[in-house]
Amino acid sequence: MNFPENLRYTSDHEWVRVEGDVAIVGVTDFAQRELGDIVFVEIESAGKTLAQHEIFGTVEAVKTVSDLFMPVSGDVIEVNKGLDTNPEAINSDPYGNGWMVKIKMSNAAECDALLTSAAYAAEVGV
Amino acid sequence: MVLSSHRNFTTMEQHLKTTSLTNLHISLGAKMVPFAGYNMPVQYTNLIQEHHAVRNSLGMFDVSHMGEFILKGEKALDLIQSVTSNDASKLEDGKVQYSCLPNDQGGIVDDLLVYRWKADEYYLVVNASNIEKDWNWISSHNTFGVEMANMSDAMSLLAVQGPNAIKALQKLTDVDLSSLEYYSFTMGTMAGIKDVIISNTGYTGSGGFELYMMNNDAETVWNAVMEVGKEYDIIPCGLGCRDTLRLEKGFCLYGHDIDDTTSPIEAGLGWITKFTKEFTNSAHHKVIKENGPKKKLVGFEMIDRGIPRQHYIIQDANGNAMGEVSSGTQSPTLNKAIGLGYVATEHSKPGTEIYINIRDRALKAVVCKIPFL
Repeated sequence: MNFPENLRYTSDHEWVRVEGDVAIVGVTDFAQRELGDIVFVEIESAGKTLAQHEIFGTVEAVKTVSDLFMPVSGDVIEVNKGLDTNPEAINSDPYGNGWMVKIKMSNAAECDALLTSAAYAAEVGV
Repeated sequence: MVLSSHRNFTTMEQHLKTTSLTNLHISLGAKMVPFAGYNMPVQYTNLIQEHHAVRNSLGMFDVSHMGEFILKGEKALDLIQSVTSNDASKLEDGKVQYSCLPNDQGGIVDDLLVYRWKADEYYLVVNASNIEKDWNWISSHNTFGVEMANMSDAMSLLAVQGPNAIKALQKLTDVDLSSLEYYSFTMGTMAGIKDVIISNTGYTGSGGFELYMMNNDAETVWNAVMEVGKEYDIIPCGLGCRDTLRLEKGFCLYGHDIDDTTSPIEAGLGWITKFTKEFTNSAHHKVIKENGPKKKLVGFEMIDRGIPRQHYIIQDANGNAMGEVSSGTQSPTLNKAIGLGYVATEHSKPGTEIYINIRDRALKAVVCKIPFL
């Protein structure tokens, strides 16, 4: 399973890619495999300021609904609109076209405390 | 996100029942989940692919968790007539009937299939989650001296479903499958195994057969079907797509669309509730039928973006709650979000706009005819 080393991870299976003061967020390869076919993504948090661990959206597979949690605090400055029509991108390209939101971080130190690739891999046991 | 499948099921798994094919499913890489007390495959590789395989060609399900009872004796029909809602006296040898067991509180103990093998020998096929409840219920009404046997732990059930099921299975049996009408069955040799019950039934709405056999024979039959099915690109299918397939056809699922509290008339099961005879609580259901039910199970599709799920509230345009979603999913065939749910009768006409409360937002849906396809 693929957990790129240049990303940070949460125990809730989100990944974070940091570009300056912006965090790009999605869900991990492990998560998409566990969920199965993603059929729906709902992210209504564009423009909102949310704290770390708050819900920023939901992702639905055929059989399940899962909440998505903010890995870091900040403003949701962009939502991946492509997922409205192509939610399966989360399955096929979780770290690329499957990205979900961009967050302007209010506390970059939160990011440093997230899991490394190795730590996340150890946590999910693969 | 929180992954429900990422819990530690180790303790639970020790208490789960298995089918004779559980190890085979695990070796095939199936994702296993607890279902009705059994460790069952929910999908093998891809739910949507499994769904399309059944709709377009061929798939096979292990549904050995289902329960089977044998009822024998001169008065077997009398017992069945007294506990089931449909008129089993209409059955002939080798015919199957969909029916339900009403309780005495206005609800449903279970829905089931009634098979008539001979005038004094019937088989009942019931839901896995209700095996004990049904057994106790029927036993408690057996004042007829009917000989009953619970075969559930000894028998396996494979559902070979899809438009190519008949062609594939014909290679494994001398029984002329084309002469076996829908909701008919026979006993014959299948893949070299004698006395397999071959039933033209299923829960997918895509045609196919259900095969009942003793546990020891299940793997032989499974492997033989996989082999002859190769030419039709057969794949093993899990309970996940079984649910999406049945929902597209508007088939009720016990524990979702019907349960101990729902009336068969409200659930649209008037067609299997026959007042040509008396059965448990029949007078009560007759009144509901004559007066018209106050609420009805309807099909609906989402207009706004969102997927309905069980227990989401159904509202009218003014935000008044009028019922709950009983089943919902994204339909892989239609590529639309669809559902079943109970609404007040005045809102049950196809074309009526209703609203589904999804995460505190009222999202528009429209009542439509079922089946959805």
